[in-house]
Amino acid sequence: MSVESVFPRLEPLLPRISKPVQYVGGELNATVKDWDAASVRWALMYPDAYEVGLPNQGVMILYEILNELPDVLAERTYAVWPDLEKLMREHGVPQFTVDAHRPLKAFDLMGISFATELGYTNMLTALDLAGIPIHAADRTEDDPIVVAGGHAAFNPEPIADFIDAAVLGDGEEAVLEITEIVKTWKAEGCPGGRDEVLTRLAETGGVYIPRFYDVEYLPDGRIQRVVPNRDRVPYRVFKRTTMDLDAWPYPKQPLVPLAESVHERMSVEIFRGCTRGCRFCQAGMITRPVRERSIEGIGAMVQRGLEATGFEEVGLLSLSSADHSEIAEITKGLADRYEGTNTGLSLPSTRVDAFNIDLANELSRNGRRSGLTFAPEGGSERMRRVINKMVSEEDLIRTVSAAFSNGWRQVKLYFMCGLPTEEDEDVLQIAEMAKNVIRAGRQASGRNDVRCTISIGGFVPKPHTPFQWAPQCDPDTVDDRLRKLREAVNADRSLGRNIGMRYHDGKPSLIEGLLSRGDRRVGKVIEAVWRDGGRFDGWTEHFSYDRWTTKAAEQLEPLGVDLAWFTTREREELEVLPWDHLDSGLDKEWLWADWQDALDEREQDDCRWTPCFDCGVCPAMGTDIEVGPTGRKLLPISPVGVGSPVKNPTLTP
Amino acid sequence: MQKLRLRYTKRGRLRFTSHRDIARTFERALRRAGVPMAYSQGFSPHPKVSWVGAAPTGVASEAEYVEVSVVERVDPEALKIALDQALPPGIDVVDIVQAHGGNLTERIDASEWRIELDGVEPERLAEAVSAFLAQERVEVERLTKNGKKIIDVRPAVVSALVEPRSSDAGHDEAGLSQPCGILMTVVRQVTPTVRPDDVLNALRVVADLVPPVPARAIRMAQGRLDDEGGLVDPLQQDRES
Repeated sequence: MSVESVFPRLEPLLPRISKPVQYVGGELNATVKDWDAASVRWALMYPDAYEVGLPNQGVMILYEILNELPDVLAERTYAVWPDLEKLMREHGVPQFTVDAHRPLKAFDLMGISFATELGYTNMLTALDLAGIPIHAADRTEDDPIVVAGGHAAFNPEPIADFIDAAVLGDGEEAVLEITEIVKTWKAEGCPGGRDEVLTRLAETGGVYIPRFYDVEYLPDGRIQRVVPNRDRVPYRVFKRTTMDLDAWPYPKQPLVPLAESVHERMSVEIFRGCTRGCRFCQAGMITRPVRERSIEGIGAMVQRGLEATGFEEVGLLSLSSADHSEIAEITKGLADRYEGTNTGLSLPSTRVDAFNIDLANELSRNGRRSGLTFAPEGGSERMRRVINKMVSEEDLIRTVSAAFSNGWRQVKLYFMCGLPTEEDEDVLQIAEMAKNVIRAGRQASGRNDVRCTISIGGFVPKPHTPFQWAPQCDPDTVDDRLRKLREAVNADRSLGRNIGMRYHDGKPSLIEGLLSRGDRRVGKVIEAVWRDGGRFDGWTEHFSYDRWTTKAAEQLEPLGVDLAWFTTREREELEVLPWDHLDSGLDKEWLWADWQDALDEREQDDCRWTPCFDCGVCPAMGTDIEVGPTGRKLLPISPVGVGSPVKNPTLTP
Repeated sequence: MQKLRLRYTKRGRLRFTSHRDIARTFERALRRAGVPMAYSQGFSPHPKVSWVGAAPTGVASEAEYVEVSVVERVDPEALKIALDQALPPGIDVVDIVQAHGGNLTERIDASEWRIELDGVEPERLAEAVSAFLAQERVEVERLTKNGKKIIDVRPAVVSALVEPRSSDAGHDEAGLSQPCGILMTVVRQVTPTVRPDDVLNALRVVADLVPPVPARAIRMAQGRLDDEGGLVDPLQQDRES
């Protein structure tokens, strides 16, 4: 059965909405395949606006891996803004993919990548616009199987009613396995219906099917236990880990949109995982162990990607890019190779203690000199011990001094507010640090116009971290501390005028906290908020705190719990957490011990450079650290073009 | 340094791109095609690409112009082919010449537009156009970033003709003939710019003409107005020297 494009029906609506280009597709390196020739068809969604979702590496990687299979087709879809949603409802246009504008309901599988929990309401909009029942229980064989992935999938319980499946961890191999299972089941004539294919997925041990588990509660509202309600379903579901990144050099053909996106650059993931052990950082906890891509693998991906995209900037991505064992050789090698081609390099996440001025100079040699960004996260030394982010103020001052004397004029610093055990004093230290940066910058550069921008986010305790037991700080306290911090920054005008301060109030963080550590009962809140018009919760102009608190009270109180119970309540050691049956590899006892260490202000080293501290991941998952140095060199490509990283013999001999 | 002048199109769904989208896409295509681009000097070097006007977002075009400068001499035909291959379908390079002095912008003072109005009878459109041409002033409102602006559309319109009904007009889903009024109009480039939208608004003002679905506009040509009200190809002069 062929499927018609909805574009002829969409096109007349486009002149009536803002930024229509985001809905027309036509990205460079996009793939449109023959519908009828495919035996399994995936729609991949990033549940945020196109400009945010398009550059997402996860979606791009899976899109390419799936489309490389001859009989599999993958297309992409993004959240539509309310102006188009309204017109689509009026004119009966369903949620569509941007590749061939096919209706979502026609696909076999819908994969949704949740980088953050704030995309949950957008998922409901997309399902509803597609004509797919929002409750998994109401879907039939005519509906796609809805699979959640991304970091938020490590606790998918709040969306358990809406998804059919969740995959924890790296998706590269998981999507292939799921595709194979669905293909076989379809080829057999779909025996046993939807239940059977979901059971086959569950049997792999690496696909979580929420409906196959029952949650029982204690009278006080806590969870008593979570157990499978049928045979062939495992008690615990494990996360996926892709080893040997060099064997997975994706994306090979990165998508380049016609529309402007939030990341106008070509990204290469130089390693995955991080064992620095920052206790607030869910990404660092759930992506262990560290797996480096080799210097040669990186070099090949950069060249291939530049040829395929034409981008002027290469981002070397990871959770802490300066920690790559051969980062100096990589940056120097790339800067040498692309000299004169106007190709910039950037390291989006760098630790101040792994950074040095040689690295900074290589980064800015062939391109624009952007600002320097570091994330001390905690203002006081004590706070940084609690969160195990052991960068010292001396390191920071030394680094920024060197940068300022080498011509940089601006540094951006990221912090969090509302961390466990935090007092006003810890937050006020942020002002001192910023002032010291200005003083050091003025001295090093001999100029008065240096700038320091401090950016402060509200801390949200996340599952699978040592802070999963921590009480979240209430928004009033966070707002009060931020107000005092602003006063402290402004107290000394001679320094304060060179310090910019950016922050949001603490309210969205509390809702993120509800969605992060919530259980299945929170699904009712998400649905009620969405039905009341909640959309794009990650966007200040769309987020409504009042709506969330009203709906939370309305939906949760009859169940004997409330917003505070899920957020500002401290959990006990033996409490069953909603995600305990989802195995990130981290040993719960180790996490608890690390939480106790945090409270005692005791730090923890990195297992790349010191002995294993038994977090549990490697033995549980059968993985191991994969780091260099390899000692190999990045080969120059000769010749690169003039004014372009590509040499075209038909133009210049 | 060699300077080349190109005419390119903005066809199909590419008409929804803004000028900034086109510029980014173009610069990336130049890099992928391995064009030896000249870069500006300074803190933030950018490729030497000069844009000559730009069709508004939502409007298609058969005649957009751009100049690029290269640091190594290239064969214009080879560049046209290489660049066209690197550009997405819909942005097609249709003409290229080596620049021989002069200023391209000065060779353009008007555009010819084709405006397709689905669901509007050609006769009804012709009446509206006559009513419009009979006026000396036709003021319309346009929303800008700085609020509402009043524009007099009439003086900018050099000519406006409705194409007669053709036998193979579009058909709707039921296979029945759908009326489609087609307006060909030459509009002078004035300040503030008069866009196809403004012309349509002017038809609403004078004759209450409101198309049932949004009209589609295509820029067919740009150039200097000749004595007969036609347009002179702006690349002609370079081709002849």
